[in-house]
Amino acid sequence: MAKVIVLTSGKGGVGKTTSAAAIAAGLALRGKRTVVIDFDVGLRNLDLIMGCERRVVFDFINVINGDAKLNQALIRDKRNDNLYVFPTSQTRDKEALKRDGVERVLDELKENFDYIVCDSPAGIEHGAITALYFADSAIIVTNPEVSSVRDSDRIIGILASKSRRAEHNLDPVEVHLLLTRYSLERVKKGEMLSVEDVKEILSIPLLGVIPESESVLKASNTGTPVVFDQESPAGRSYLDAVARFVGEQREMRFLQPERRSIFRSLFGRA
Amino acid sequence: MRLLDLLFPERRNSAVIAKDRLKIVLAHERASRDAPEFLPALQKDLLEVVGRYVEICDDTLRVNVGKSADTSLLEINVEIDRSKVKPVNNGAAPRPRPRPIVRLDPESQAPWVKPG
Repeated sequence: MAKVIVLTSGKGGVGKTTSAAAIAAGLALRGKRTVVIDFDVGLRNLDLIMGCERRVVFDFINVINGDAKLNQALIRDKRNDNLYVFPTSQTRDKEALKRDGVERVLDELKENFDYIVCDSPAGIEHGAITALYFADSAIIVTNPEVSSVRDSDRIIGILASKSRRAEHNLDPVEVHLLLTRYSLERVKKGEMLSVEDVKEILSIPLLGVIPESESVLKASNTGTPVVFDQESPAGRSYLDAVARFVGEQREMRFLQPERRSIFRSLFGRA
Repeated sequence: MRLLDLLFPERRNSAVIAKDRLKIVLAHERASRDAPEFLPALQKDLLEVVGRYVEICDDTLRVNVGKSADTSLLEINVEIDRSKVKPVNNGAAPRPRPRPIVRLDPESQAPWVKPG
């Protein structure tokens, strides 16, 4: 049975789209048939991050309205055959994302995919609520920073009360914490909340910690999900998070200062 | 840095301050998020009753419903200023202000009397 995963955060700019692209690509790299959907109606961006912005013909709203078929709107990734992108519409009518229409599309996708990754817009308005409503799992993307942690807590509360699973008294949505833009150095100096701090405050299980990394901007510049960059600490951390998501045990990397050989510290990359 | 911390132990690092602030604000927000619907009404009534004995203002009375394991806990916090305790008659509670009785039809029976 296909699993619907939402990446959500409440706060904007914490790395939801980057993470949605990375996690979807990570699942596809493990051989899972995966589609990643942009729920941010009017502010389409997943296509840019996935590098398929010039191949968008039809979008989510076209399919909901019956103006296009699902397979006309889905864009197959050129790097991985298991990975598909479902772009959103640039319409300014936010209400175009009708709940019953979304449900119909998701049901159709469930027949063809193992994982449906939903990239939520920021905020707690219609789009964000629609994105989390049908979720089986939620990945709460959080920065180690006060406003992001607070908004994450709010979203966790909304998942527990407003999701389909909550409304129908089903098993609750599985929530996972993904801590992004983490800087070990700043945590050591006492300038940044630590993983333990955020875990303690939000009290949800930790899926992964993504270190602040130059490779993330480089990946978005080129439209490549960061997991395709084998050199990148962020990419490797996302792959670990995906492995944990499918049930593997992985140690948390980059949470201890790296012991670097003299050669690497002289010539290596950070 | 370490030496500075030893010399000025009251200088807490900003991450600790962030954590403490978050804990306080989230405790408050979670409590109001999970609160039952009757809470504002209860708070208003309590304010009226307690207000007969002491002068209090809205923000010095807080009502929360908390949970620990299987028990629900109703927590009422009232801050009282000793100097503003109202006089009490012979140890009894001050009388509530009489409520005006409204009868639409003076001939009819009061609504709580069962018809014979």
